[in-house]
Amino acid sequence: MLRRVSGGKMSNYRIEGATGTWEVVIGLEVHAQVTSNAKLFSGASTQFGAEPNSQVSLVDAAMPGMLPVPNRECIRQAVRTGMAIEAQINAWSRFDRKNYFYADLPQGYQISQLYHPLVGKGSLTIEADEKAGIPEDKVIGIERIHVEQDAGKLMHDQHPTMSYVDLNRTGVALMEIVSDPDMTSPAEAGAYIRKLRAILRYVGSCDGNMEEGSMRADVNVSVRKVGDTELGTRTETKNVNSVRFVMQAIEHEVQRQIDVLEDGGTIVQETRLFDPNTGTTRSMRSKEDAHDYRYFPDPDLLPLELEQEFLDECRASLPELPDAKRARYTGELGLTDYNARELTAEVETFARFETLLAETAKALGKPEAKVATPVANWSLSVAPGVIKALGDEGDMANATPERQAAILKMQDAGEISGGQAKEIFEIVLKTGREPDEIADTEGLKQVSDTGAIEEAIEKIMAANEDKVAEYRGGKDKLFGFFVGQTMKAMQGKANPAVVNQILKDKLG
Amino acid sequence: MKLTLGAANAAFMSVTREQVAKIASLARIKVDEGDLDHFVPEFNAILGFVEQLGEVDTSSVEPMTAVIPQKLRLRDDVIDADPLTGGGKQAEVLANAPVAEHGFFGVPKVIE
Amino acid sequence: MTDLTNLGVKAIRDGVAAGDFTAREVAESFNANVAAAAALNAFIVTTPEHALAAADAVDAKRAAGEELGAMAGVPIGMKDLFATRGVQTSAASAILEGFKPEYESTVSQKLWDAGAGMLGKLNLDQFAMGSSNETSHFGNVANPWKANDGGNAVLAPGGSSGGSSAAVAARLAPAATGTDTGGSIRQPAAFTGISGIKPTYGRCSRWGIVAFASSLDQAGPMARSVEDCAVMLGAMAGFDPKDSTSLDAPVPDWAGALSADLRGKKVGIPKEYRMDGTDAEILASWDDGIAWLKDAGAEVVDVSLPHTKYALPAYYIVAPAEASSNLARYDGVRYGLRDLPEGAGLQDMYAATRAAGFGPEVKRRIMLGTYVLSAGFYDAYYTQAMKVRTLIQRDFNEAFEKCDVILAPTTPTAAFPLGDKLDDPLAMYLNDVFSVPASLAGLPAMSVPSRLNAKGLPLGLQLVGKAMDEQMVLNAGLAIEQRAGFDAAPGKWW
Repeated sequence: MLRRVSGGKMSNYRIEGATGTWEVVIGLEVHAQVTSNAKLFSGASTQFGAEPNSQVSLVDAAMPGMLPVPNRECIRQAVRTGMAIEAQINAWSRFDRKNYFYADLPQGYQISQLYHPLVGKGSLTIEADEKAGIPEDKVIGIERIHVEQDAGKLMHDQHPTMSYVDLNRTGVALMEIVSDPDMTSPAEAGAYIRKLRAILRYVGSCDGNMEEGSMRADVNVSVRKVGDTELGTRTETKNVNSVRFVMQAIEHEVQRQIDVLEDGGTIVQETRLFDPNTGTTRSMRSKEDAHDYRYFPDPDLLPLELEQEFLDECRASLPELPDAKRARYTGELGLTDYNARELTAEVETFARFETLLAETAKALGKPEAKVATPVANWSLSVAPGVIKALGDEGDMANATPERQAAILKMQDAGEISGGQAKEIFEIVLKTGREPDEIADTEGLKQVSDTGAIEEAIEKIMAANEDKVAEYRGGKDKLFGFFVGQTMKAMQGKANPAVVNQILKDKLG
Repeated sequence: MKLTLGAANAAFMSVTREQVAKIASLARIKVDEGDLDHFVPEFNAILGFVEQLGEVDTSSVEPMTAVIPQKLRLRDDVIDADPLTGGGKQAEVLANAPVAEHGFFGVPKVIE
Repeated sequence: MTDLTNLGVKAIRDGVAAGDFTAREVAESFNANVAAAAALNAFIVTTPEHALAAADAVDAKRAAGEELGAMAGVPIGMKDLFATRGVQTSAASAILEGFKPEYESTVSQKLWDAGAGMLGKLNLDQFAMGSSNETSHFGNVANPWKANDGGNAVLAPGGSSGGSSAAVAARLAPAATGTDTGGSIRQPAAFTGISGIKPTYGRCSRWGIVAFASSLDQAGPMARSVEDCAVMLGAMAGFDPKDSTSLDAPVPDWAGALSADLRGKKVGIPKEYRMDGTDAEILASWDDGIAWLKDAGAEVVDVSLPHTKYALPAYYIVAPAEASSNLARYDGVRYGLRDLPEGAGLQDMYAATRAAGFGPEVKRRIMLGTYVLSAGFYDAYYTQAMKVRTLIQRDFNEAFEKCDVILAPTTPTAAFPLGDKLDDPLAMYLNDVFSVPASLAGLPAMSVPSRLNAKGLPLGLQLVGKAMDEQMVLNAGLAIEQRAGFDAAPGKWW
């Protein structure tokens, strides 16, 4: 039986086998569909889910005499992605042909980039995650990003003796993002993909939709004994399309490879297929002899030479990226690490947060840094809690930034309590009414009227003269008793700060 | 230069039947023994001829990348900008297909 | 009235425009010649109705007083490598037999737009691979010329544009399209006593032309005069955004600027082309050419193209390598032949289809290309060949510092009998020894007829110009044409 034990800081993923302790080396080749209207080398649409072979041009179908002309936007998005991982951008690159025969590849070759990729060395950082066994931030090298054509799709279950070929995907632009073999556990691989996905989505170069196949990974895995310096023979598991499956595929491959090696076998360098139903991998028969791709520069295309102006525009159009945004959130905005990480994980999350932050700062007339923490807490826990509890009863369209900011403003001014804020938000979600009006109409405001509070406190002090004496005699703890009694008398609507102040004055 | 083939070329390392058969397989061209009988010597003659390229000192020469010096043009990201290279051509794409059913091309069943 | 089929492109166009005869009369005359020349096997498919429809459209335009195009009323032959909508486009292969494209090649469309009509699709070497038109799935093309040596051997019309050369020489068409990868316009033109020009790489769009070797393929006209070539090239050339290698440059008015006055021009004579074993009559023809160009006012200078020797071996790496990849799309899935043996899987289907659909020469080149690109051999063969290509281009650049145009023979011999070199691929390849260097360098090059040899067969002279300078090539060609006085025509035997 194999047992996982924790190890040192560099890599804490170790497999205890029958013959010793094993470690794992993982590299990922992520294929990310470039966000563009038209295909890489033809004018056909890239839209998902159309009738079979309807989004196919004569170029995509590789009719005789058809020629490729590259789409500027695809190149631009790949360059921007490269810039986002601080990679070398190669102003001179070329397209090569990768030759092999398959029914989803009409040309008999894929136009790709082997010898001179558009993007060279870069890196990204995965964050420490103790629970996942990542003890500290880790930089994962990225060897290259190149641009290439996607293949078509084969359907095997439509006919008893035939497979059906749909070329709608054929020629859609992909970025192949090749990592260095820097990952040493399934968790690191998962974190890498999540981080890469976040970067792609921040940049807008890929929608990151793994279910629809916009992002998929080829997973290269090898194992070796701890202390060995040579890499073991690797296998490549193709087209794994979720973070969870990538981690499963690695776990399965690791166990399988160790089993084979400990039984005295050798690992065959091969292409494997992941079966999501069983969580296992198997050898891919159709790729058995596809090892000699006869790459050579595509003679239908000239070298791709990018002008400085083009590169400048690519850089100028880059948004704030996840690492920078997180640093700004913890630094300038003073948010906790946890909040900053949660808020920056997804494009939608930070976009909502930043909109509400701006709205709230404006409503309060305060700088963003002064209101960031309550807005963050609201965005991450308060609002989602109310929304979740309401379920179908709420309509998110009612939760405009203006209304949410209005609630936060009342709370900041002490006009409403945290509990009242939730109640008001609930009504907003249900009805779309304005928070100020709700607070007034529904009596959801706390009392800051010192007269009413003084009156209540005086009654309580009169009714509890013994306790007043004890307090004044030095029993400080009794202060809480008077606060509680006052709040009770005020039916919870008193502003706690005002109550505290008056009590202090009266009790002396 | 002579317009005949130099005898020196015969010294060139020749390809075997097995190699030629493997190349044919890589090129997805079915060959039988009779095909190999003529392909192998023809192959060796041609390879012997092209082998003379090895004489040229190209250590300081870059391979040609563009026949006529030009930069690659990039087109705008517009769907069907030129109808000739645009999509929406299911009928045209399938018109010459040996087997087309339900909008798909049909091929012998593939096991992946 | 003169026999309209003796007229060339410009004479027909001008005659139609002037009302000397109608475009329909022209089309009918050529259709008749085509129909009567089945023995030449120049056409794979004839399209008399296309020629007539185009002619009628021109006649109607003229009647309406509309402006007529540069090729108005001229019926031409279309090499069956150009995609023609609704008309079989086979590249002379079994694998594309019956393939009717849903699109029109850029070059053919430009010709129709200029008022030309199509007499039919011309035979060629299969996928343009060959120098004798003997590799066509649709049979050999016969050269209309025969030797006067008493024998009755049928000669090769050259290749790969053998149907084009035969049709133009035999007056089946006033002009035809050709394509030239290593000499496929120039060599057949020389073998049949006509003119043909391969323009600078990128002048004519490759969109819709069945690809052989992408970095070498260029379309060009074949006709019976230099001026006709200039007129037709003007209609074929032009920037095409659908072809990434298309030259984004204006098309000069070559025909309008034609001039045989070469005063102040220098003609380079490359010493490396004086090869041992070259036919003495070829060398004599070359000397004639030198004398004619001097007579036209040019200064003749010696130039050196030191890597000439390596052009052919480099070509036989680069062209097959590109072809092996370009022809991978013929797999029996989307169009063309499918051979599906009982119980065959996908990969078996590919191998069977390609074995049945490609002829021996095509297979040879695909396999050769596959080999030179395969793991472990790529650098030694392909990269080295592309480096040598750089050197060959550099040779030309240096030579063109000393001269404006280069004069050389087009071919090492006159037309040879069909079957002569069929069993020896290398001997066949040597036919292109003089034409391949200009192809590798992407330069404009032309063949014009010079004289008949002792056997009564035409010989050609080749002019190679600087990139983009088709004008110089055409002008020098015109100077030769005017002095050679080549007006021989093959005796009709078909």
